[in-house]
Amino acid sequence: MSILVDDSTRLLVQGITGSEGSFHTQRCIEYGTKVVAGVTPGKGGSKHLGVPVFNTIEKAMAETGANASLMFVPPAFAADGILEAIDAGMPLIVCITEGIPVLDMVKVHRYLKGKSTRLIGPNCPGVMSPGKCKAGILVGEIHVPGNVGVVSRSGTLTYEVVSQLTSLGIGQSTCVGIGGDALPGSTFVDILKLFQADEDTKAVVLIGEIGGTMEQEAAEFISHNMTKPVVAFVAGSTAPPGKRMGHAGAIITGSAGKASEKIKALSRAGVAIAPTPTEIGFTTNKVLERV
Amino acid sequence: MVAVLKTVFVRLGERGFESHPLRFKEQGGKLKIHEYQAKALFAQYGIPVPRSKVASTPAGAGDIAVEIGDKVVIKAQVYAGGRGKAGGIKIVNNPKEAERAASQLIGARLVTHQTGAEGVPVSKVLVEEASNVARELYLSILVDGTSHLPVMMASEVGGMDIEEVAQSTPEKIFRSYIDPAIGFQPFQGRKLAYGMNFDGAQIGEATRLMTNLYKLFVDKDCSLAEINPLVVTADGRLLALDAKLNFDDNALYRHKDIQELQDKEQEEPLEIQARDWGIYNYVKMDGNIGCMVNGAGLAMAVNDLIQHCGGRAANFLDIGTLNNTERVVNSFRMFVADPRTKAVLVNIFGGMARVDVIARGIVEAYQQMDTLFPVVIRLAGTNLEEGQRILADSGISFIRANDFYDGARKVVEAAKGAMK
Repeated sequence: MSILVDDSTRLLVQGITGSEGSFHTQRCIEYGTKVVAGVTPGKGGSKHLGVPVFNTIEKAMAETGANASLMFVPPAFAADGILEAIDAGMPLIVCITEGIPVLDMVKVHRYLKGKSTRLIGPNCPGVMSPGKCKAGILVGEIHVPGNVGVVSRSGTLTYEVVSQLTSLGIGQSTCVGIGGDALPGSTFVDILKLFQADEDTKAVVLIGEIGGTMEQEAAEFISHNMTKPVVAFVAGSTAPPGKRMGHAGAIITGSAGKASEKIKALSRAGVAIAPTPTEIGFTTNKVLERV
Repeated sequence: MVAVLKTVFVRLGERGFESHPLRFKEQGGKLKIHEYQAKALFAQYGIPVPRSKVASTPAGAGDIAVEIGDKVVIKAQVYAGGRGKAGGIKIVNNPKEAERAASQLIGARLVTHQTGAEGVPVSKVLVEEASNVARELYLSILVDGTSHLPVMMASEVGGMDIEEVAQSTPEKIFRSYIDPAIGFQPFQGRKLAYGMNFDGAQIGEATRLMTNLYKLFVDKDCSLAEINPLVVTADGRLLALDAKLNFDDNALYRHKDIQELQDKEQEEPLEIQARDWGIYNYVKMDGNIGCMVNGAGLAMAVNDLIQHCGGRAANFLDIGTLNNTERVVNSFRMFVADPRTKAVLVNIFGGMARVDVIARGIVEAYQQMDTLFPVVIRLAGTNLEEGQRILADSGISFIRANDFYDGARKVVEAAKGAMK
């Protein structure tokens, strides 16, 4: 097992014909992901990278049985793309797009309420279950199958962590980039729930950063609901308050947003804290030895 | 921690989003505008503001005082908060005094608790009619990160930091979460207006003001709309005595009018320079090591690690995922432009960004400018081999790092060496 994506995932790519869409779809196919459809309005009926392209998600799902969508749609049109996928009943949407206006995401969240669609991202590197499926831009080669789940607000920091894990011989069940936006589709708690329920996941690595209270909420969840060990790193200890550090959500506004507060909450919940970003693999190894 | 526990507890309860003090978080903001510009937008949306005009010379301020009336308020136009305590707001009794007050402010730098010791330049003052204030209240809208909804917050306690109000008297803050599908509703206005201890005709007046503020918030993609204080005058009128509007950077592409309002003088010059060169994720830090990293989380972690190794970053710089060499070249231009630069660390883990493109950019940068500081480069990820080949073939001199920690350690050493 694994979470969110596996070898039964039939991936649809929204924005498959764009340059980033093309490049990364090709990589997903090479990794072994079943990419069954692409959607680009106006290009329906054609084929791209050997994948049939449709004008609408509804038609693409009906004809190909796609059950997950990966989005590379530009920010001005991305929210509309998410809404279309929700409307079509897509079970999983992974949105890579960075820079979607906040009020567009407010509408998306409103529309998501009461629906069964799960949204990952936006502004995220995607999801991958090593050896089974890659739905995103995560670097395939550095992952190996195994029993550690990874959930992160950062893309490239996740690559650092995964390569540390892999070089220590620690494989991953699933890696989930929840993205750096202020209004992410899924939170740490959402993903921790899935890892807790997943038989193949023995431990979880959580990579947080400054801004918001998602890490504190994760700490609450972990202390009450998780039996599996969690290792965490929180980026941004040296970030000045009031400055947005790249990610829309990475801004310290009030004490809860500070790295130190998040680390405090997580360690109080029994989470093993990696003191530096280069010791995450090592810390995970120690935790696994104890299991 | 207590507050956090409370949040989670309440979130699990039926009432949904009853909030706690720590949740006054603006989501997605960045672009700020001046008070006089915000008040012009208020007026356009039917939100009552005192009569005022902006002046950029002392004589101009005097003339406006003649026009408006004897007693006026001279307000320094700066982005930073805390103007009042810092002497940036002066009440004067006649045009002569107005001119004198304006001459003290215009051309000076105002230091508030938000600016740092160097302060911010004042090039304009707002000359505003003095209002006879009976009550000071608070009203704001922002997007709540937990409910994912715009929330309007109101309090009968105005004119002070709302976070303090939330901590000392949380029962005096009222909230209405707004469903974007139906917008702000009159019943929500009534709830807030009664919470602010309005009565009679003021209930309707306050509700109209709130409805208009929400319309402005949505129309212009604000990340924060705040009136602090909203006042009731001695003759019972509502007035927005202050006006603060911040905007969502991600939505600026659809608001050319707002983009034009930006006053570059109010911002960190290096950050403005970065933006002009297409580097949007640049933050000036207080060290001397230039950093170019892809990804915000990694860039933060790099800065953390540099400090752990005994150095300090001069900047946070996430080059993002756009695959062109220009942004890499411009990052190097930033390092050259920053006189503090003693060494540079390039740390790239290619995912969406491709290592070969980055490498090509670095080579171009070396060709275009003299990099008089040591450069430590660590590359990994998508198209790594091609990237390494490009760097090797170019013959440029740089310090190679094997991993992220190695890179941080080497750049700290290099910066110390360069300082000798």
